[in-house]
Amino acid sequence: MTIKGKAYIAGIYEHPTRHAPDKSTAQLHAEVAKGAIEDAGLTKDDIDGYFMAGDAPGGLWPMVDYLGFNTKKLRHVDSTETGGCSYLIHLGHAAEAIAAGKCSVALVTLAGKPRTGPMPPRAAGAEADFEAAYGATTHNAYGMCAMRHMHDYGTTSEQLAWIKVAASHHAQYNPHAMLKEVVTVEDVLNSPMISDPLHRMDCCVVTDGGGAMIVTTPEIAKSLKKPLVRLIGHGEAMKGPRGGKDLDLTYSAGVWSGPRAFEEAGVTPKDIKYASIYDSFTITVLMQLEDLGFCKKGEGGKFVADGNLISGVGKLPFNTDGGGLCSNHPVNRGGMTKVLEAVRQLRGEAHPKVQVPNCDLAIAHGTGGLLGVRHAASTCILERA
Amino acid sequence: MSEAKKYNAPVTNPETAPFWEAAKAGKFMIKRCTACGEPHYFPRAICPFCFSDKTVWEEASGEAVVYTYSLMRKSPTGPYAIAYVTLKEGPSLQTNIVDCDLDKVKIGQKVKVVWKPTDGAPLPFFTPA
Repeated sequence: MTIKGKAYIAGIYEHPTRHAPDKSTAQLHAEVAKGAIEDAGLTKDDIDGYFMAGDAPGGLWPMVDYLGFNTKKLRHVDSTETGGCSYLIHLGHAAEAIAAGKCSVALVTLAGKPRTGPMPPRAAGAEADFEAAYGATTHNAYGMCAMRHMHDYGTTSEQLAWIKVAASHHAQYNPHAMLKEVVTVEDVLNSPMISDPLHRMDCCVVTDGGGAMIVTTPEIAKSLKKPLVRLIGHGEAMKGPRGGKDLDLTYSAGVWSGPRAFEEAGVTPKDIKYASIYDSFTITVLMQLEDLGFCKKGEGGKFVADGNLISGVGKLPFNTDGGGLCSNHPVNRGGMTKVLEAVRQLRGEAHPKVQVPNCDLAIAHGTGGLLGVRHAASTCILERA
Repeated sequence: MSEAKKYNAPVTNPETAPFWEAAKAGKFMIKRCTACGEPHYFPRAICPFCFSDKTVWEEASGEAVVYTYSLMRKSPTGPYAIAYVTLKEGPSLQTNIVDCDLDKVKIGQKVKVVWKPTDGAPLPFFTPA
């Protein structure tokens, strides 16, 4: 059993907003749903599968009702919640459901407003009494990963800064990007230290907004007008301290999700023309590139330096929309936008200044949760059909 | 220094209550599995490694070394150093390094447990040994 080639991404939409105090969160979900359905050339009544995560207010019951799906037709739902990579997992799960005949047109939505106001707290896990007091945030949890990576492998702040520099080179061409200014390594190093060793410019933006995609069968995709993009490999994995044995914060669950996806797709990292890599922080990108096998563990610093991630300059063009570091990180969850830019690249719809020539194979990879504490990872290999 | 940071009391539950009872007496407890021999933290009834229910409480030395850390420069309660420390007995755990010059925290540094009061059981933190 494989999902290889069984599901196509027929519709995508990224909300242009980066600040939406005048809209409700449910409304943003509806707006991105409408955008993706229209991009595909379908109607709401065609939807028979719906996928959402913890950002959707109230969960499945209110969302399905609010969006007004045809409930005689809706026959598959999934609320898998793995933070920022939920939507990459949804893509894989939608492909599984389509391959099994459980639905034929699946909609995945993400939206929220962390820039307008604080997000609701998550329910406590079994570890709460033993960790809550220590103030783990995204910044210091990723800071701890970076600190240990530097200690073990000699990775430098200058090398991490190159990741932000590359993202900023791409963001200058995205009219919707929150930060459009091209920055230098020195700019990153001179930005204020937030949580050692991460500077402000090592951190992604906080934005309101959202995105959505339509996943469908090969037959339906071929009946529509958009260039064909299909999923050919998917992997998911989780990692945490697990009782405190052999703690190693220098690698992520991507070491397991990546090979699963590459094996299913029958391709290797060397074959990839474009990479959407989760960029909550610069260290997130560096660790994922190593974990996915784009370079050896510990050599990520050398790999990302000197513009190697800049489209048209380096060997591995990444996050050509400007990514979470410069363009958009809606709801503090970057998984959806990773898929959307990969689809744009495969369709040939990226900005001409960053479009990868003959882009026929791409990866979209994300993590969710806190890399330095507990997290999930998901890898999707996408192909132009 | 600002006045002492206030911490919420642990909620506790039947599975972890013995840890917090021991904490009140200044004892830092870990769990060890008598089936596979592995120690773990935070404490569970069922061993996270071999899934045996033959886990027992064991008092740890409270001695550890810093595995990694990050100094949060600003927060509503001031700067603080989150860290993972590796206990002499083996398990690594999340904590804060406290009661010291936070700019001098280093990976590999020796630390020891120190307790901070709450309205309930005290919470374990680590400070340079």
